[in-house]
Amino acid sequence: MSGNMLDNPGFSLRASYHHINREDEVMFGFWVFLMSDAIIFGLIFATYATMVAATAGGPGPKRLFDIGSVAIQTGALLLSSFAYGMASLALRYRSGRRKVIACLLVTLLLGFVFLGFEVHDFLTMFAKGGSPDTSGFTSAFFGLVPLHGLHVTVGSIWMVVLIVQMLRYGIDDDVRLGVQRLALFWHFLDIVWIAIFSLVYLGGLA
Amino acid sequence: MTLKHFIFGRLGLHSLPFWAAVQHPTPENIVNGVIATGAASLVIIGAVVTACLITYFGKWRYLWTEWLTSVDHKRIGIMYIVIAFVMLARALIEAVLMRTQQAFGLGGGFLFPEHFGELFSTHGTIMIFFMAMPFLIGLINFVMPQQIGTRDVSFPVMNSVSLGLTMAGAMLVMISLVLGKFSTGGWSGYPPYTEITFSPGVGPDYWIWAVSLSGIGTMMTGINFAVTIYKRRAPGMTLMRMPLFTWTALCTSILMIFAMPPLTVATVLLALDRYLGFHFFTNGFGGNMMNYANLFWLFGHPEVYILILPAFGVYSEVIPAFSGKRIYGYTSLVLATMVIALLSFVVWLHHFFTMGQSASVNETFGIATMMIGIPTGVKIYDWMMTMYRGRIRFAVPMVYSLGFMMLFVIGGLSGIVLANPSIDYQVHNTLFLVAHFHNMLIPGLLFGMLAGYHFWFPKAFGFRLNERWGMASALCWIFGFMFAFFPLYALGLLGFPRRTVAYYNPIYVPYMAIALFGAMIILAALICLVIQLVVSVMQRDQNRVAAGDPWNASALEWSVAAPSPDYNFPVLPEVTARDAFMVAKEHGMAYRPPERFTDIEMPKNSPLGMILCVTGSLAAFGLVWHMWWLVALAMLTTVAAVIWHGFVRDYERIIPADEVREDYMRWLKAVAAAEPVSREEELAHQNAGLADVHELLEAAE
Repeated sequence: MSGNMLDNPGFSLRASYHHINREDEVMFGFWVFLMSDAIIFGLIFATYATMVAATAGGPGPKRLFDIGSVAIQTGALLLSSFAYGMASLALRYRSGRRKVIACLLVTLLLGFVFLGFEVHDFLTMFAKGGSPDTSGFTSAFFGLVPLHGLHVTVGSIWMVVLIVQMLRYGIDDDVRLGVQRLALFWHFLDIVWIAIFSLVYLGGLA
Repeated sequence: MTLKHFIFGRLGLHSLPFWAAVQHPTPENIVNGVIATGAASLVIIGAVVTACLITYFGKWRYLWTEWLTSVDHKRIGIMYIVIAFVMLARALIEAVLMRTQQAFGLGGGFLFPEHFGELFSTHGTIMIFFMAMPFLIGLINFVMPQQIGTRDVSFPVMNSVSLGLTMAGAMLVMISLVLGKFSTGGWSGYPPYTEITFSPGVGPDYWIWAVSLSGIGTMMTGINFAVTIYKRRAPGMTLMRMPLFTWTALCTSILMIFAMPPLTVATVLLALDRYLGFHFFTNGFGGNMMNYANLFWLFGHPEVYILILPAFGVYSEVIPAFSGKRIYGYTSLVLATMVIALLSFVVWLHHFFTMGQSASVNETFGIATMMIGIPTGVKIYDWMMTMYRGRIRFAVPMVYSLGFMMLFVIGGLSGIVLANPSIDYQVHNTLFLVAHFHNMLIPGLLFGMLAGYHFWFPKAFGFRLNERWGMASALCWIFGFMFAFFPLYALGLLGFPRRTVAYYNPIYVPYMAIALFGAMIILAALICLVIQLVVSVMQRDQNRVAAGDPWNASALEWSVAAPSPDYNFPVLPEVTARDAFMVAKEHGMAYRPPERFTDIEMPKNSPLGMILCVTGSLAAFGLVWHMWWLVALAMLTTVAAVIWHGFVRDYERIIPADEVREDYMRWLKAVAAAEPVSREEELAHQNAGLADVHELLEAAE
């Protein structure tokens, strides 16, 4: 930002539509979207908090949760974020398409590990009599945790699409912006997971 | 499961509106069947006639390439407003039907309670989600980018997707007239009544998916507008130089970003209850319906301000323009807008004072609610001070503004009354409340939107709307409103509950009759609007305003031709002051050709919005009727379309500098040929869109 008044307010400084600092605009838009998504998670967290005791005679957290599996999920997701960080660095220092793709594939793999264990957990919970239609508590749980899982799934699909785009177009402006946005999304999901881990799992087992 | 059930789900012959009347032709069945079938036929005939006309005139390609797939913010805005008018017509007719039922409702009336329930549910849902929202989003879409001096919104394709999703929701509500029944749970869809136990039919499902589709579209719109305003202002357009309409657009967008998610959460959780047996809001198994009330009104109250703020913005443009003055108290109007936006998030509980929380909680929210009266009062005074000693012209937008100022204050006062929990206990869920919020929304929102429609219509189409029919319509709206809703205050105080189909106390009858009379006048207002549009189109050549500034207004959108060129501004303007165009006119700097023209890059059309419109409505339709194959197919197509869009690389077209120059010079010639008109001649044919600035300057001295 320079001190010139004309530079500050907007970015419509160039005559063409494309070169209005497109990157700045797209990234800002995505931040705003994440803010909106954070509200969704916040509200579902709040709903969960009001319903955690509403087990209606059904099984509660202590009976349903498996902290070992959850710890593995947590590890996989945090490591996947690290791998994504490596992809971002590779992108930033222009280390070549191959390295970016390799890092993204590691991320993807860890994402699948996370999803695999999560689905396994859900099935175990079903078997223990904790399905969504059991009680207010299980409803709230299955409203919150799978919503995060759904986000991870969408992020994974997005990652695959970006890898295919990279193979087809190389790392052009659109791919670069895509990788940067998915980075925000992926790290955001990490933060949400930490909240889930603390509030739902640790809180439930405490 | 049979094949028929697999393909059609719950859909069958019994879903048709006349089926009950055919099977069991009792008089009541026939009356209700005829009304429902008439409405369904209107939908089908309307669709068929429109399709035939488009085919007859060979306009399909034109419609597709110039409108539906266009990502031009002006065209998207106009399409939003078309949706708003179509839906307004339907929901207004429903309102008249309800008024008629209640006027004859002593001891029964002619409508079934279920039918009446559908009517108030669709009326509310449509008026909020498919009339008011499209109207204000359309207006902001059309006006805001031009006011801040840019060529399009930040995400033009997403804009088109938002339109597509809103369209899909609106279509779903229309389809519900033909197949099956809509929800009877009101526009707020409160469980447990809307749970599967009490409403096993398709009604609440129609409501859930229609509202969800438009809610997601609106959230994206909010992001789009906010980013546009933050990132795309013309050089020199600092925040405190933005026109007030843009300010209200910014606040509304921020509210959309924060307030639409609670709606999505509420409807999706309700859907999980209904479809997968969850227990979020059920009576038993630990469900808690008050969570729904909180979630819904966490959306619902900010929504009220999403609706009203853009209308305030319109008044802040219209009143100075037709008073021949600058706006009074710009800074206080900005602050008031921001304060209202902020306070809108801390009052949601006043929608359910009777929930049973402690008195001190109610008190807190009651006080917060009353505080909103302060910034709103500031605005009213600012507008009055703007008019003070101005040269006021009673053009149609100004008439709406004056009607608004008087009626809105009354509505606001009844709001202050309701904000007091102990009084609210007495009139909760009575017609007093219905009178109050109609008193806020009709003069507040709708008059503002109609004022904006008259004000910016010449900018969109290049000619002014007929003044006489416009005036007739405005007066019918204002007086019709008074007759239709003032009796409702009295009825509420007499204890008449809202959403009631019949009653047994004759004391209500005279009030109901007056209200019906008012509803008829409002219907006449709508008819006048339609006639006005037809007459205006027929007489368009006498009312052209090619020079682009018919009202001697002050913001940047008036500094270009009418209709505005695709790219809005041949060269992006540089802003040095508030009311940029007015300042330029006063200093003789307007209508000056720029030193040089450059090529302009504009976004290309994209079919994505329309693809998602079709897949969105099909997925929702499948969900409503349990046609799972259709849901899967539509969802997969949606995902495929979005992924395909990610692979599009060729999304810009170039408008060569020479073409821009030619357009501009042609317009300058039109400006040179136009005779500057004084404000007395503003409404006459000689108004070609060039204002005589000196006249007002002299008056000011």
